[in-house]
Amino acid sequence: MSQERTAPGATGAFVEDPEAPEYSAYGGDWSEIADEAARLGQQRIVVNMGPQHPSTHGVLRVMLEIEGETVTETRAGIGYLHTGIEKNMEYRTWTQGVTFCTRMDYVASMSQEAVYCLGIEKLLGITDEVPERANVLRVLMLELTRIGSHLVAIGTGGNEMGATTVMTTAFIGREDTFRVIEMITGLRTNNAYIRPGGVSQDTPEGAVEYIRQMIPKVRQKLDELVDLQLQNPIFKLRLQGVANLDLAGCMALGITGPILRSAGLPYDVRKAEPYCGYETYDFQVPTSTESDAYSRVVLRLEECYESLKIVEQCADRLDQTVGQPVMVADKKIAWPAQLSLGADGQGNSLEHIRHIMGESMESLIHHFKLVTEGFKVPAGQVYQAIEGPKGLLGVHLVSDGGTKPWRAHFRDPGFNNLQALSILTEGGQVADVVVAIATIDMVLGGVDR
Amino acid sequence: MSDSQDLTGTGAAKGGPQMGDRERITLINVREGMFGAKGDTSGYDLLVTPVQMPGASERPYGEWFDGAVNVLEELLGERADAAIEYVVVDRGELTLHIAREHLVEVCEHLRDDQDLRFEMCLGVSGVHYPADAGRELHAVYPMQSITHNRRLRIEVAVDEADPHVPSITSVYPMNNWHERETWDFFGIVFDGHPSLARIEMPDDWVGHPQRKDYPLGGIPVEYKGAEIPSPDNRRQYR
Amino acid sequence: MGIEESAPPFMLGTVEDFVGYMRAGSMWPATFGLACCAIEMMSTGTPRFDIARIGSEVFRGSPRQADMMIVAGRVSNKMAPIVRQVYDQMAEPKWVLSMGVCASSGGMFNNYAIVQGVDHVVPVDIYLPGCPPRPEMLLYALLELQRQVRETPMGRNRRQMAAAAEAAALAATPTSDMKGLLR
Ligand code: SF4
Repeated sequence: MSQERTAPGATGAFVEDPEAPEYSAYGGDWSEIADEAARLGQQRIVVNMGPQHPSTHGVLRVMLEIEGETVTETRAGIGYLHTGIEKNMEYRTWTQGVTFCTRMDYVASMSQEAVYCLGIEKLLGITDEVPERANVLRVLMLELTRIGSHLVAIGTGGNEMGATTVMTTAFIGREDTFRVIEMITGLRTNNAYIRPGGVSQDTPEGAVEYIRQMIPKVRQKLDELVDLQLQNPIFKLRLQGVANLDLAGCMALGITGPILRSAGLPYDVRKAEPYCGYETYDFQVPTSTESDAYSRVVLRLEECYESLKIVEQCADRLDQTVGQPVMVADKKIAWPAQLSLGADGQGNSLEHIRHIMGESMESLIHHFKLVTEGFKVPAGQVYQAIEGPKGLLGVHLVSDGGTKPWRAHFRDPGFNNLQALSILTEGGQVADVVVAIATIDMVLGGVDR
Repeated sequence: MSDSQDLTGTGAAKGGPQMGDRERITLINVREGMFGAKGDTSGYDLLVTPVQMPGASERPYGEWFDGAVNVLEELLGERADAAIEYVVVDRGELTLHIAREHLVEVCEHLRDDQDLRFEMCLGVSGVHYPADAGRELHAVYPMQSITHNRRLRIEVAVDEADPHVPSITSVYPMNNWHERETWDFFGIVFDGHPSLARIEMPDDWVGHPQRKDYPLGGIPVEYKGAEIPSPDNRRQYR
Repeated sequence: MGIEESAPPFMLGTVEDFVGYMRAGSMWPATFGLACCAIEMMSTGTPRFDIARIGSEVFRGSPRQADMMIVAGRVSNKMAPIVRQVYDQMAEPKWVLSMGVCASSGGMFNNYAIVQGVDHVVPVDIYLPGCPPRPEMLLYALLELQRQVRETPMGRNRRQMAAAAEAAALAATPTSDMKGLLR
């Protein structure tokens, strides 16, 4: 684009004073660097943290201006994982888009899939036609990923503060949820399981029993995490009263999710604007008024217990809905083939192949059209929001009446919440920056997309 | 951009797009031919279909929409006509098309009035409609009211040649990064933003990659014995 | 019965074997988690998969203490210089494992933002396909890398091997010239 488009000051220097002495240090002894700074008479020390830093949850870059151990200014630099997913989706069919958006926030893949598919269904006007069993499976998946995501948040948070056991314990619990997810979807993460109109396939045999077996195991790990952390004096000293953000601050910065609830507002999209039948499940939205990092860990753990309750209810409903469809009846939208496991690996089910290759020319044409071209979505735009593990996850979808999105824009809660990093850290200790990052719990894949 | 249609706005560089006697509707795209292929395969070049957004709605809008629009109009007073270009109700969602000069005021009312009370702006999503002459770049703001549990959408359309929209960070500080992102990807300049720097792309990047006229930038993939063009250069069935 | 009971008083071997044997064990990776693959890399480090069994559980934050870089995830244009810098900061000998299709070839993201393969930026020793590769696959790739390292020739052998590899590469048909094989 031409130069004159650039607004004045669009890319200003980080240090406004052009006269400021500047020097860079790569490693070395800190006291030497400090001496050098003292010799230059410069008070301003800017420390760069990341983007390749083990405790920045991925590739976040944080620029800290410090005075001794105190942080006086924090800026977050993002974009190191910008993948162009939104643009890439414009070149793929609506169904293929699921594979892309699932890779945004890769710790909670299912949330993006769900919000995207709900958006498409709203555009198509088939929200009410999604079969019940598909909704139950969606809720099941959403809650399992919520547990997984919170466990990653707690586990890596603990790890970053030096408690590796917290991480290993959390990940064992997460692996248990993964076993269920893998059994049903075939993949551990990045599943592309939730599809416009339903889900890609029904549960395999024995899935419900497997879920029931999983629940106590995960609960046990959660109990262990509670025992390990919540009464631990070091843990409390490290987290209580750190990274405070009160309700006014949350509202000003548009914070949602556990951080908002830790400030006392019980806002949860699952309750406020139920989707996928959440209004029929029995669960609580835990809140707190402490609004510090410690209370957010407590909230995340409590939410995991609530999610397990929902998973239990899902298991019961899966029993009640055995044999019901998991995809809308409309053959113009529903994916024609069923996946199955053959002797030579995974592929389309044999009956379907026999049908389209041997019996019905129309089915073959239909299969071919739907798979290569996709279905058309009437022109218009919608906004759909769900409660992701990290907060309000929204999608803005624009269709031009074609088989591909005209624009798909995701509002990742992490992207928005990360704006609070400055306010959470300024005035605190350098070591608390790590706690603040862990408590925001963003995933850079979602932040940068 | 095709100038063969009569949907041209009168906007260009006259201090923002004016609706004039333009149809109250967004032109998304103009399709040619049958399968989205470049050019018309029939040979007559007559297969030209404009694709449009759902157009302006008439009252009553239904649900709580009338009430909200009434309150907003009342608060805006005589500026209401100029500020609210048109209102669309589609798929159960309310969209207010706002003239950019009045955007900040509208946002203030949306946030502060007790009957509106949209506390949160869920970001801004840029959309590029190259065929919508004079109103190519749209900034779409979803607004969330937690108090009333409602959502509406504000849409501001500007000319590609004059892509200025006032920043609403003074009203909704949470939009800071979202506006930077939209500047980065679409080149919409949010006037009054505290530091409108690129956020996702490297600082020295040229161009705004999510515009429609910016190529996807893929490269052909070589296999042994075949080459697959990148997704934007393949035949498309749109 | 292990070597402890029947160890000969001395053994003969080549320096090559000895050095390879020493190098191959306990390779410490630099944490270079970028995207979804990084989560699987982290899972590999946790009890279910337990990367400690092959001595690579010590993920190092400082590249100077690492032997190996696992590039786990998509490398964006903005990140590429940093990848290179971290690679340059690592002490020799060093190895690069490109984990996942994104790091290996750009994967499904063939677009403006992503470097189409981290081998444009750093030399890669082993490519691990998959999206994301399962932790088991990562373990297998590590074992395979260890085998490679163990068998790395040195000195004259290395020069010979390099010359042979170069000659073979020069004689080979470039992929772009292989036409018409896919029908
Ligand atoms: S290869 Fe797949 S899992 Fe790995 S970073 Fe790329 S998209 Fe994510």
